[in-house]
Amino acid sequence: MGDHHHGPAKGLSRWLFTTNHKDIGTMYLWFSFAMFLLGGTFAMIIRAELFQPGMQLVEPAFFNQMTTLHGLVMVFGAIMPSFVGLANWLIPMMIGAPDMALPRLNNWSFWILPPAFLLLASTLFMEGGAPAAGWTFYAPLSTTYAGPSVTIFIFCIHILGVSSIMGSINIIATVMNMRAPGMSYMKMPLFVWTWLITAFLLVAVMPVLAGAVTMMLMDVHFGTSFFSAAGGGDPVLFQHIFWFFGHPEVYIIILPAFGVVSQIIPAFSRKPLFGYDSMVYATAAIAFLSFIVWAHHMYTVGMPVAGELFFMYATMLIAVPTGVKVFNWITTMWRGALTFETPMLFCIGFLVLFTIGGFTGLMLSIAPADFQYHDSYFVVAHFHYVMVAGAVFSMTAAVYFWLPKWCGKMYNETMGKTHFWISFIAFNVTFFPQHFVGLAGMPRRIPDYSLQFADFNMMSSIGAFVYGASQLLFLYNVIATIVAGKPVSDDKVWDGAEGLEWTVATPAPYHTFEVPPKIDPAHAHF
Amino acid sequence: MFSGLELENYSMSLNTFKRLLAFAAGVLVTLPGLALAAGGEKNALNMPVGVTDVGRSIFDLHMIILWICVAIGALVFGVMFYSIIYHRKSRGVKPAQFHESTKVEIAWTVVPFLILITMAVPATSTLLDIYDFDDADMDVLVTGYQWKWKYEYLAEDGESVAFFSNLSTPQAEIYNTDGKNENYLLEVDEPLVIPVDTKVRFLVTANDVIHSWWVPELAVKKDAIPGFINETWTRANEIGTYRGQCAELCGKDHGFMPIVVEVVSKEDYAAWLGEKQEQAAKVKELMAQTFSLEELMARGKAVYERNCLACHGARGEGGVGTAIAGSPIATGELGGHLEIGINGVAGTAMQAFGGQLNDVDLAAVITYQRNAFGNNMGDLVQPIDVFNYKQG
Repeated sequence: MGDHHHGPAKGLSRWLFTTNHKDIGTMYLWFSFAMFLLGGTFAMIIRAELFQPGMQLVEPAFFNQMTTLHGLVMVFGAIMPSFVGLANWLIPMMIGAPDMALPRLNNWSFWILPPAFLLLASTLFMEGGAPAAGWTFYAPLSTTYAGPSVTIFIFCIHILGVSSIMGSINIIATVMNMRAPGMSYMKMPLFVWTWLITAFLLVAVMPVLAGAVTMMLMDVHFGTSFFSAAGGGDPVLFQHIFWFFGHPEVYIIILPAFGVVSQIIPAFSRKPLFGYDSMVYATAAIAFLSFIVWAHHMYTVGMPVAGELFFMYATMLIAVPTGVKVFNWITTMWRGALTFETPMLFCIGFLVLFTIGGFTGLMLSIAPADFQYHDSYFVVAHFHYVMVAGAVFSMTAAVYFWLPKWCGKMYNETMGKTHFWISFIAFNVTFFPQHFVGLAGMPRRIPDYSLQFADFNMMSSIGAFVYGASQLLFLYNVIATIVAGKPVSDDKVWDGAEGLEWTVATPAPYHTFEVPPKIDPAHAHF
Repeated sequence: MFSGLELENYSMSLNTFKRLLAFAAGVLVTLPGLALAAGGEKNALNMPVGVTDVGRSIFDLHMIILWICVAIGALVFGVMFYSIIYHRKSRGVKPAQFHESTKVEIAWTVVPFLILITMAVPATSTLLDIYDFDDADMDVLVTGYQWKWKYEYLAEDGESVAFFSNLSTPQAEIYNTDGKNENYLLEVDEPLVIPVDTKVRFLVTANDVIHSWWVPELAVKKDAIPGFINETWTRANEIGTYRGQCAELCGKDHGFMPIVVEVVSKEDYAAWLGEKQEQAAKVKELMAQTFSLEELMARGKAVYERNCLACHGARGEGGVGTAIAGSPIATGELGGHLEIGINGVAGTAMQAFGGQLNDVDLAAVITYQRNAFGNNMGDLVQPIDVFNYKQG
């Protein structure tokens, strides 16, 4: 493009036809936030129904649609696209590239998402309602016994898969080919590393999910019996295929979150990350292990005992690289000069709560104990500690951390800290009691419960309403910052921040690194 | 405590370890002043110990891992909070710049690995125990249906005993027009009855979608998978009533198919079984009888409420299922009504009740549907009609 610095096009066409990584990143982030609010609305309906024993607001069939859509929208619509948005904004700036390697593909991978979710949401208005077999949609509940919306659901999953695969190919191509001269692999920021590994995971497992839903389609419409014993198939086959996708999927969600935390903690500790190399290796180890632990989601399906033992041991092993990560973050803080701006607060919240989620994960890995935990609220508590306090908290930290660089204005720190404290407390009020009801025997995915669970469920619902409302404060803070925030002029917004993205002007110009930056060979890593 | 432990030496090291943990446990439990109430009680905080040896092992395993996690957590968070308090910029500290230490890195890889091994040993032995299905004293076939359980006592002498177990909580309690009783949603019309101190093997399967049979106090959870039979077992050490629920999402009324197990003395069990066998013989007799419209309507109403109401509504107004009131089937030719009641409708939630209800109940419920909800057909179905229809 050389010497003419053209700015963005005007109006709608800027967003429709853009190939700019920053524009696409912005769209991903706003889209995922919209989906976060939609999925959150479903959660509010779930918690409102569970506020008291007895059926009050919705019917059981609709309740199942809510739990299903809540899971699908949060996983595929909110968390995954939010990190893709972050990757779009940051990876080129972090490795000194002018843009993503495949800009048109990038546009396309974003723009097929909104129609997919529009379709999915539209199933709510279909006869028979939206999909109601849970976000894990086990056959045959999701095939032979499903309503007509299952076909649309399958189509949506295919579109989401295509979008994810295209996005991942783009990230792999960008990281492999567009690093500035001197930016060797072992110098890349950890956020780039975690995303590179995540992208490989996505390319490996999204086709598996596509295979699973295609088999469902065949069973529903073309008379096959992949998942029906009556025709020689096996319903458990579905679970094996689903979790072969589903477990790596968990790490697809959490690895970029690890990356974010690994950028932010050193910045506010004013001290380099303790063990950069081991963090990279630990990430790779977690990614590898994620492929050989899938059946720990299925301890009660009646596997042979040898299978149970294998998956139990393999799952327990994940604690080792995950522990390495947590120890590294804490050692990074040790004897640093800590300050506690909003991004750091969310990262500390992440550290504490994600670690608790890791502990319950370790407990769940113990197969005999899982015979009691499985499909109870204990599991619900566990994965919300990992998904919300893990992925969502780190994503929130990322937005506060990089927002000043993106828009050139500083958010309101008091409001940010208020957002953190309300989120942190409300999150725990919501999900901590769920450990108790789960252990005491409350199954997940039920619209009504027996009386001994009443108090903790009410507590949980109150927490959820407060947590939900506090996200509106976040939205307000971000909009207020963009519209009328205090301008920031330093390139390096945070004094302890490291990395090439802090060397470009603030706000980041529409095009950055049209000429590759010079990398100091003495610099250990970013 | 580890009844399932086969490896003496591990149990030794485990005991030493547990003594250490007990100390940490004592400190930590008194801190928040929480007594760990077990499951079943109101506001229980913890897993029930249950009434089986396996349940005891699982509970111990659960507590060991919990306290290991608490100990590690206390250490890790302790270091972190120390750092947060003392290493803050506002205290004027200059940040150290140290990083990388192979020794430290090896230590925090190896130590957790060793801790994992100490967890894996008791876990393995408990798991092997759970998987020992041999030498069962009796077998019960458990079949999950949308949304009830069927229990079938296998290989007993005499008349075979099989029955369905339905939620017995009235709709009025669920929809808040009536106060809720203490066993709200955890009560059934007919519980499973098993003898105490007896190894009962459960063969678990399903008729439609996947269900999961879970009774926390018996420490049993096994998926019920259509077309496949899973095994599990229990041996209850205490007489009592134990309640559980379906644990696998199985459609609309997943939350409304509880499990109640009555563990009784061996004598009571024998008496109960004898009575059930007598009842089964009596139903056989009833099948040969002719009933009046009133008799059929009274019996049919009860059968309807147990089996049809969930989908077709209390007033036959429909819901998941089509409306019965004024339906072309219930007000049409009798053969069509028998066909749907006995053989169901493939590919829909309408099940084949021919295998679930006896001929008397089928005759009663079909008569009821044809004469209730303003249908007023005036015709009645006798058990012999059902029998003949089944014979083709």
